[in-house]
Amino acid sequence: MDIALITESIETLLGGVVLTLELTILSLLIGFGLSVPLAFMRASRSQWLSMPVLAYTYVFRGTPLLVQLFLIYYGLSQLAFVRESFLWLLFRDPFYCALLAFSLNSAAYTIEVFRGGIQSVPPGLVEAAQAIGLSPTKIRLRIVFPLAFRTVLPSYANEVVGMIKASSLASTVTLLEITGLARKLVSETFAPYEVFIAAGAIYLGLTFLASRLFNLIELHLSGAPPDKARFPWLLKLRQAL
Amino acid sequence: MKKLMLALALATTMGLAPVLAQEPMKVTIATEGSSPPWNSTDPTGKLIGFDVDLGYELCRRMGATCTFVAQDWDGIIPALTVGKYDAIMGGMSITEKRKKTIDFSTPYAVGFNQIVMRKGLGLPPTDAKAKLNLTQMDASKQATIDTLRTALSGRTLGVLRSSNSEVVVNELFGKVATIRSYDTNENMTMDVAAGRVDGTLADYFVLKTFLESKDGDVAEFYGPMLNGGPWGPGAGIGIRKTDPQLKVAFDKAIASANEDGAIMALTEKWFGMDMSPPK
Amino acid sequence: MGGFEEQFLRGLETTVLVAAISGAFGMLVGLAGAAAKLSRFRALRMVADAYTTIVRGVPELLVILLVYFGGTAALTALVGSYVEVSALWAGVFSLTVVFGAYATEIFRGAIQAIPRGQTEAALSIGLAPWQTWLLVILPQMARIALPALCNLWISLLKDTSLISIVGLSDIMRVAVVGAGSMRDPLTFYLAASALYLMLTSFSLLTFRLVERRMLAPVH
Repeated sequence: MDIALITESIETLLGGVVLTLELTILSLLIGFGLSVPLAFMRASRSQWLSMPVLAYTYVFRGTPLLVQLFLIYYGLSQLAFVRESFLWLLFRDPFYCALLAFSLNSAAYTIEVFRGGIQSVPPGLVEAAQAIGLSPTKIRLRIVFPLAFRTVLPSYANEVVGMIKASSLASTVTLLEITGLARKLVSETFAPYEVFIAAGAIYLGLTFLASRLFNLIELHLSGAPPDKARFPWLLKLRQAL
Repeated sequence: MKKLMLALALATTMGLAPVLAQEPMKVTIATEGSSPPWNSTDPTGKLIGFDVDLGYELCRRMGATCTFVAQDWDGIIPALTVGKYDAIMGGMSITEKRKKTIDFSTPYAVGFNQIVMRKGLGLPPTDAKAKLNLTQMDASKQATIDTLRTALSGRTLGVLRSSNSEVVVNELFGKVATIRSYDTNENMTMDVAAGRVDGTLADYFVLKTFLESKDGDVAEFYGPMLNGGPWGPGAGIGIRKTDPQLKVAFDKAIASANEDGAIMALTEKWFGMDMSPPK
Repeated sequence: MGGFEEQFLRGLETTVLVAAISGAFGMLVGLAGAAAKLSRFRALRMVADAYTTIVRGVPELLVILLVYFGGTAALTALVGSYVEVSALWAGVFSLTVVFGAYATEIFRGAIQAIPRGQTEAALSIGLAPWQTWLLVILPQMARIALPALCNLWISLLKDTSLISIVGLSDIMRVAVVGAGSMRDPLTFYLAASALYLMLTSFSLLTFRLVERRMLAPVH
């Protein structure tokens, strides 16, 4: 094992971090935006609302992301009306194909996470909100969702970490994010060990930072005074806010 | 007369003249069995293909009795080294990496690789029937490559990841074109058809199959047929390092079959083109 | 589908085989990992912690690539001559490593959810420590861990598709080759989706049945 080669590889691979983060963060944001309304539909007592969403989450959670990605990337490009319309401007670019696949996949998981949270909110709270005359939309967005989100925060954090890791599949549709760059580097240096270990170290750093961030958010939301010795800066941050 | 001299030459180099004269040498050859036209298995389970035909021809010239056996590609080298069979004929490219473990005969066939580009890109015409070996570059070869480089600059090229073609594309066009790497030839040619990439460089037969498919009419061969360089000298017979006599025997048989046109005839039968090694 | 039905069937076999072997080995790794995490020895705990943290923080695809390409390099260096790691065993090994890391966490959580009094009671009526584990802890743990294990198994089934990237002839690989040679990706990837969906649905149903039987009163 060549330690110098590992450090050298890390330097090269850091060039892919931006694309990895772009894919991850945009997919999570789109997935989040889709999942809030859909999670309410999924949690609804009406079968007409919940069944279509269940079908969506069932299919997307029951098949590999790689198949979904290839269906979008290779499958859609087979259709003449996609290739011959403005859609091709988007789907011609591997980035948007990956973004679409990741967003739809992330939304499916997030919907189920949020649904659990929504169903755990005590009905009494909703009734109280109705009693003071809040509109149903306001009740959902101002009362139910914030409470639900707080309950499921640890599960959502898992989804975020999962998305960072899943973004590595973008390398299979020619994108040069961290894994894509690593595979390119391996075919140039013939040093799979060093290069893939370097890539692993970068992912480990990213996933560690993400879980740390969510720990802090959790701590903040729980309202407990932060441990001064461990997070003096967090206390300052909260005072500033 | 030629044959007699060959047998004599063989016998002397092997130093086994008396034994050889009495009993024909027995050689077991492994092939993969599902890589047509190199080698494949017919519906009755019999191994057929260029490797098999040439293998029997070489054995006839060596005065040996040969049997072909099928072996998965994954374990084809380890099983040779432990003596499950004596030789590998499976269209296996002679590479430096494999040479660390096993010996190779001189090349018995040399494949080609070629660029395919989408039609209608307004590229200057080229001679797609010409052949160019990258091993010994000279001024005229360099001029051809330079013309290609100018024609392809600014284009997007797809290439199979970790293949020798990838090495060539990066070396020749890496500075002027955008290179995208794919995990399989299937995925790569689909993107050529869809127009996500303008072209590709890959094994001639892979691309020929693609161009003959229903999506293939959007593209055409471009520039000369390439080999040598990073692709190595060609396909060779894999032999144990501890078996130098067998290597000598195969080398002689290959040289003779190449000399009298037997290899050329067999490559034309199976591949539809002359793929005999340089004499 | 141009004769690809049979290949899909063989791909299905490979997918199930790889998942089953990795799942079985992964369970053993998970049990050992959980035992290590709950052990009195600090060194064991640290090794187990490092294992689960690293594996769960790195993409599965990267683990597979590392084992497949790095494994060949490592084994070659170790044995002294060129050894090629096959896609099948690289896949089984990497998925075992991944499954084991998550199973470790599941088993650890499940064991900790069993009240300590149970162990004490078992020991006080004269059961040996191994009997306590086998007769008291394991059966209860299995019941608690079952839903999480079901999810993990489904992830494993889906992760097998990643091994197609290093050339294993599983469902996904057949789809890629078929899509390319028949020039019809939509049909082939939809077929692959249907097969995976069938596998995951079948798994869900089976786990439901097992769960129902296990939850039936046993006292």
